[in-house]
Amino acid sequence: MSAGQNLRTIENALSRAVPVEVPGLRKYGPYVSPFAYLERQISAPAKGGFPLRLREPRHDKVTDDIKKAVERSGLENGMTISFHHHLRNGDAVIPKILQALAEMGFRDLALAPSSLPDSHDMVADCMRSGLVSRLFSSGARGEVGRAISAGELDVPVILRSHGGRVRAIEQGDIQIDVAFLAAPACDRYGNMTGSAGRSACGSLGYAQVDARHARHVIAVTDNLEDYPLHPRISIPQYLVDQVLVVDSIGDPSKIATGAARISRNPVDLRIARNAFDLIAASGLLTNGCSFQVGAGGASLAVAACVKDYMAEKKIRGSFGLGGMSGYMIEMLEQGYFEAMLDVQSFDRSVTDSMTRNASHIEIDASCYANPFNRGCVAHNLDIVVLAALDIDLDFNIDVQTGHDGVLRGAIGGHPDTAAGAKLAVVAAPSFRGGVPTIKESVTTVCTPGETVDAFVTERGICINPKREDLLECARNARLPVKDIRALRTEVEKLTGVPDAPEFDRNRIVALVEYRDGTLLDSVYRVK
Amino acid sequence: MLFKKAQAGTLESSDCMVVVSPAETCILEYSGQNETIFKRRTERIVREIAERYAPGASVQIQDRGALEVTLRARIETAFERASKEDLKEDPAGEPK
Amino acid sequence: MKAAGKGHPCRSMLYMPGNNPGMMQHVPAFGADSVLLDLEDAVAEREKDAARRLVAHFVREIDFGGVVVTVRVNGADTPHFERDLEEIIPSAPAAVRIPKCHSPEDVKRADAAIGRIEREQGMPPGGVRIHAMLETAHGIEHAFEIARAAERVEALTLGGQDLTADMGVQKTRDGAELFYARGRIVMAAKAAGLMVFDTVWTDIDDAEGLKSEAELAARLGFTGKAAIHPAQIDAIHEAWRPDARELRRAFRIVEAAERAEREGKGVISVDGRMVDGPIVVRAFTLIRLGHLYGINEEADL
Repeated sequence: MSAGQNLRTIENALSRAVPVEVPGLRKYGPYVSPFAYLERQISAPAKGGFPLRLREPRHDKVTDDIKKAVERSGLENGMTISFHHHLRNGDAVIPKILQALAEMGFRDLALAPSSLPDSHDMVADCMRSGLVSRLFSSGARGEVGRAISAGELDVPVILRSHGGRVRAIEQGDIQIDVAFLAAPACDRYGNMTGSAGRSACGSLGYAQVDARHARHVIAVTDNLEDYPLHPRISIPQYLVDQVLVVDSIGDPSKIATGAARISRNPVDLRIARNAFDLIAASGLLTNGCSFQVGAGGASLAVAACVKDYMAEKKIRGSFGLGGMSGYMIEMLEQGYFEAMLDVQSFDRSVTDSMTRNASHIEIDASCYANPFNRGCVAHNLDIVVLAALDIDLDFNIDVQTGHDGVLRGAIGGHPDTAAGAKLAVVAAPSFRGGVPTIKESVTTVCTPGETVDAFVTERGICINPKREDLLECARNARLPVKDIRALRTEVEKLTGVPDAPEFDRNRIVALVEYRDGTLLDSVYRVK
Repeated sequence: MLFKKAQAGTLESSDCMVVVSPAETCILEYSGQNETIFKRRTERIVREIAERYAPGASVQIQDRGALEVTLRARIETAFERASKEDLKEDPAGEPK
Repeated sequence: MKAAGKGHPCRSMLYMPGNNPGMMQHVPAFGADSVLLDLEDAVAEREKDAARRLVAHFVREIDFGGVVVTVRVNGADTPHFERDLEEIIPSAPAAVRIPKCHSPEDVKRADAAIGRIEREQGMPPGGVRIHAMLETAHGIEHAFEIARAAERVEALTLGGQDLTADMGVQKTRDGAELFYARGRIVMAAKAAGLMVFDTVWTDIDDAEGLKSEAELAARLGFTGKAAIHPAQIDAIHEAWRPDARELRRAFRIVEAAERAEREGKGVISVDGRMVDGPIVVRAFTLIRLGHLYGINEEADL
């Protein structure tokens, strides 16, 4: 398939060519619109009941031998393995397990982590050696991104949002055979949590999904605690087949980094100020409001403005959502929000907050963002502030490809929260490293423009024309509103017009799946 | 007319480092994070400026995300410095 | 009265090193009323030519989005003075700041050079204004003559660092040593109808000190203050925020003045009391200032 890939493609609603079928994976429908799925029948796997086990009382789950654990799991060539990315760049479990699998002579595995940390360049070697032949992830960075963009995997990589991954698992698109779940604190029976231990990482929201759905679950821990683990259990023992004890699951200094600080960069601060002004003008910041913001310096600066405003106007919000930063926990502890719903914790100051604060609630990725369950929190969200690598004139967002066309980002919860929130604000500098952020057409659509309400930069605020109401709010508040085409021209006068990277359009190296399982875009091999 | 090799600019972000030296024809070596997407733009700018100073010049640019205006100013400064006959008057002197 | 900064407000004037493209490219994002692109102290001797060329390009080619752009050239006692003017004036900044104005002759020399370049370039005469920087005891004592030395002088600015050095004293946190200089330079500027800028607050971590110094400058009659970091701008603007009670009264005065105008009356009275011309002018100024803080009518207060 590698040279003459010859996938039959059709154009989706965003005029992007996407395959109708990927051999070895499944048939695909093209993206139509954010909530087109409400009109159609969903195909769910035949009801198979819950995976049952027959185990004698008090059987021993613990081993310190990776290879024995793998043998017991029944893993075979061609199967699918999964990991979570809660240990971020400190994770040592993914390389440790992949290396053992390579030594055991495994081949042709599908790797389906919740995402890949920046640091895991070794995964590229596993792709080259044939250990990993398929990859399903939220993103691909560094050497892994370069290898994929160079066409080193025959089967296109499937890139999904956090919500989309849960949907794929629950709908059977991803069938996890063995999940290796790093457990910062774990007991002999596999009860585990992320909020204790030297490698503590906070919420285990992504891992909870894998624990529920994998055919075989192995807890990997460097911190075996007395039974029963207490006071907190994130994943209960009845979901865990084995407990694998290793020397170290990661580097604590890279797992729980120091609390992110609010940026002092004046450009970031201006972006944040503009984003906040728009949020305030929207009228959504009232009692009972809900809010999600990332952990980047500019995002935290938006949160700081929101907090000051809530203090001044005596507003108490309902909940904060998402990847949780120390700043959001401070807002919880100071009474600005009733609760924080945490699928993933960002920094050290969050890690032990769940044991301290009853209203800091660990939620799993399905609860966070899965569009096909009985209601996810992303759909209850009022305001979300998101980042972007690039945006285009239709407000489509690329969080995945760099200016050179190479994969270098992760989708995360971007399309999930943009679709669910009443106000989705994308905040980014108007140009970075001398390159404009606004393109005529983004390289890879990750979040469709129809779910993005505004693009905020240091040079002004662009409002999606479909949001006439928001445009009026912004104008009434005398905010620096600019047409996105005008801002593009203004910036290109400074930077010049960049050439688009060259792609081999006959070779699809990755596909971006929308949260509902339709195809948003194809990523091509970089020439 | 160029008399010697001279440089201008810095390797700070949003700036660029330009080294100009005498040559038979106009030769451009353009490197940096934007080398693929801004190759054509940069060639055009260098040619425009080189025509005013010395059509025969070797120009090396390490781009750290400079805007066009910065690129122009740095290239011109490098040409000005390389065009000075008196070494003592060249404030930046010869690059190491 | 001369148009101050082509009619734009200049509460804040942000210093920016002239050889730093990374900062200059973001001028519109900082929120300052005006910027000062510096070719003097902020630029190393061997980079004077590079900074001059960079600033000339920026001023000529970049849209600064309504921010008033001024350039500080090197002093007349340096070999760079003439070259700076030759390259910078054709790019038409709003003003050039002439450092170390010791006497009216320093301004006259700059005025003549700028006038010649304007003529050679076919630029409107007097278009590029002069901001005269007073930073020596002699300069302060000749503030009024310097202010009147040329038609194109638009502002006097106080250079506190060099002045205290010249006086042989330390610059202190409460600034008592600059009290006389501030009063003198403000009075000279007012007498000549010019803008007047206070010196920089150099400790960027001392927000309280900046706040009290900016408030002092506003109270003394300065029209603006220099900043050395974007983080200082909000505090400076806040110091010039018009007093709500005074602004309320200004709205009534202006309303009364407009009514008197319509009715052809020569006498303006507010709350049963007569109001003089200078107070009406002050009321208009206050209301314009109010616009900068989003106060466009009495209801916004």
